[in-house]
Amino acid sequence: MAHVNENIKTYKGFRTITLFCLVVLYAPLVIVTIYSFNASQSITNWEGLSLRWYADVFTGPESAKFKTAAFNSFTIAIMAATASTMIATLAATAMVRGGQFRLRTVSFGLISLPLMVPEIVTAVATLIFFNAIGFTRGYLTILVAHIAFCIPFAYLPISARMQGIEDSFEQAAMDLYATRRQAFTRILMPLMAPGIISGFLLAFIVSLDDFIITNFVKGAGVETLPTAIFGSVKQGIKPNIMAISTMLLSVSIVMVTISYFVSKSDSTK
Amino acid sequence: MPGNRTDAIDVRDAVKRYGDFTALKRISLTIKDNEFFTLLGPSGCGKTTLLRMIAGFEDVTEGEILLYGDGIAKLPPHQRPVNTVFQNYALFPHMTILDNVAFGLEMRGKSKSAARKRAGEMLELVQLSQFAARKPSQLSGGQQQRVALARALAPQPKVLLLDEPLSALDLKLRKAMQLELKHLQRETGITFIFVTHDQEEALTMSDRIAVMSAGEMQQLGTPTEIYEQPRNMFVADFIGETNLLEVSVDQVMNGRATCHLGGGHALTCNSVEGIGAGAKVHMSVRPERLFMSDVPVEAESLKGRVAENIFVGTDISTLVDLAEGPQFIVRTSNSDRGNKRIFEPGSEIFVNMELGAGRLLMD
Repeated sequence: MAHVNENIKTYKGFRTITLFCLVVLYAPLVIVTIYSFNASQSITNWEGLSLRWYADVFTGPESAKFKTAAFNSFTIAIMAATASTMIATLAATAMVRGGQFRLRTVSFGLISLPLMVPEIVTAVATLIFFNAIGFTRGYLTILVAHIAFCIPFAYLPISARMQGIEDSFEQAAMDLYATRRQAFTRILMPLMAPGIISGFLLAFIVSLDDFIITNFVKGAGVETLPTAIFGSVKQGIKPNIMAISTMLLSVSIVMVTISYFVSKSDSTK
Repeated sequence: MPGNRTDAIDVRDAVKRYGDFTALKRISLTIKDNEFFTLLGPSGCGKTTLLRMIAGFEDVTEGEILLYGDGIAKLPPHQRPVNTVFQNYALFPHMTILDNVAFGLEMRGKSKSAARKRAGEMLELVQLSQFAARKPSQLSGGQQQRVALARALAPQPKVLLLDEPLSALDLKLRKAMQLELKHLQRETGITFIFVTHDQEEALTMSDRIAVMSAGEMQQLGTPTEIYEQPRNMFVADFIGETNLLEVSVDQVMNGRATCHLGGGHALTCNSVEGIGAGAKVHMSVRPERLFMSDVPVEAESLKGRVAENIFVGTDISTLVDLAEGPQFIVRTSNSDRGNKRIFEPGSEIFVNMELGAGRLLMD
């Protein structure tokens, strides 16, 4: 073998570029996290370690608003993720296991297109749709909109997982006297579980931190965490916003970690 | 017409079409009770399609399949008392070995404890009891193979279907499994239908073999019949090695044919039904039924020149360029070296056929 070093670590500037990318990506997050523990009123001057802004989130003047918003966000995220995961699982079953049917390619396009459409377009379209059918905007419109736009996010990991499961498992089950339904619940569902959980977590996160669509379809007085934060920031950034952001960040990290371990415990490998 | 209750499987005029493509062209065959039956053919010949039609994974375009006299072509797979050993084993990766084997029993309505007890006995039969609590991925290929076998046999199917189950194993393990399968079939008394593209495997294990090609059955018979009396060119060429000679038939009498080569050299060989005087066909002769000499010893002696000797362990294969024909392979077993001669490359020799070794073939 010729001695050509293909290791990109030895490329000129590799280290610098990598560091630059990491800084651009993570410096804001790190700074927000650090300053959320700042004792100062100011968002830029460090005056020592304190949990004061975390306490402020729960007990301060804006705490009632944040609590309601957090409640809305989490209930909507759980329901939207659950509903969209169920729909996406059925869609994936039809798409991957339904064999060749007419409009299969079209169906796949229709399911994944919302990922490519600019969110602002979806937001405006959803708003116009609700207005057209005379739906009063409020909690329910947010939920319906979230279920709809979470479907493609839940669909992708589920269908990817399903494509990796050979259909001989279901055939073996049916060969061993399982009905189609038993083959689905006893064999296919457990094998798909990692994909379904990933899909659920992805849908949950996407719903939890959605701003644009929510801001369009929410009614007056109904806020989710992102819209509540945005509302607060308009009156000036206070360190309590950093505390909330850090807590949201932690939720995301926990979700991603769960997702990672679920896929690592993959039973088919 | 009601089926014969003593025949395990009766395939009647079965046709399988996928759109314009015909995978099976009107196949009819009967598989007897307690038989080790092999569907043999190259890939794409329709053997797996036929097996999957019996299992219920492919519907039958035309025709009927009877299982001990009952039509099953319209039944879904879970209502057919047949089980399959899949090529990739298809063991359920999220279940233990024991639960895998117990699955079919449970689905048939046995209680969980009864199913597990029987599954334990099956694992004992295939000598894997100590692995009962493991997951399939923790087992070797050969062990997974035996689990798949135990799982398919546990519900006591009327017929066991095996879809090239040994193809993923290495040679040594494959040989051992061939014997184990054969013993298992005798012990359980269950009819086995085995699909393979490996002619040697088919000859070793089967009671009877159906040779298939391009969606058609070429020949049905015992391993000896298939090997020694191939019906046509395809079978002779696919099963084992053979030498082919183009001949013109002069006369056919009592199953013997007199014919001549292009250059006029006359030969006598076994004929086959459907070939008459005047036909231009091929004659086949197996390499081990030939021997060499420096002077002609029988009527069926062909002049030639030795091109090469190839040592293949138990045998020596000699390539001989015939004066009136193509290159022939002559196989001399090492145990025959005392009374059969090996010649150096370049020697002018005669290739002699044992009496009755040559056989005419339909195209």
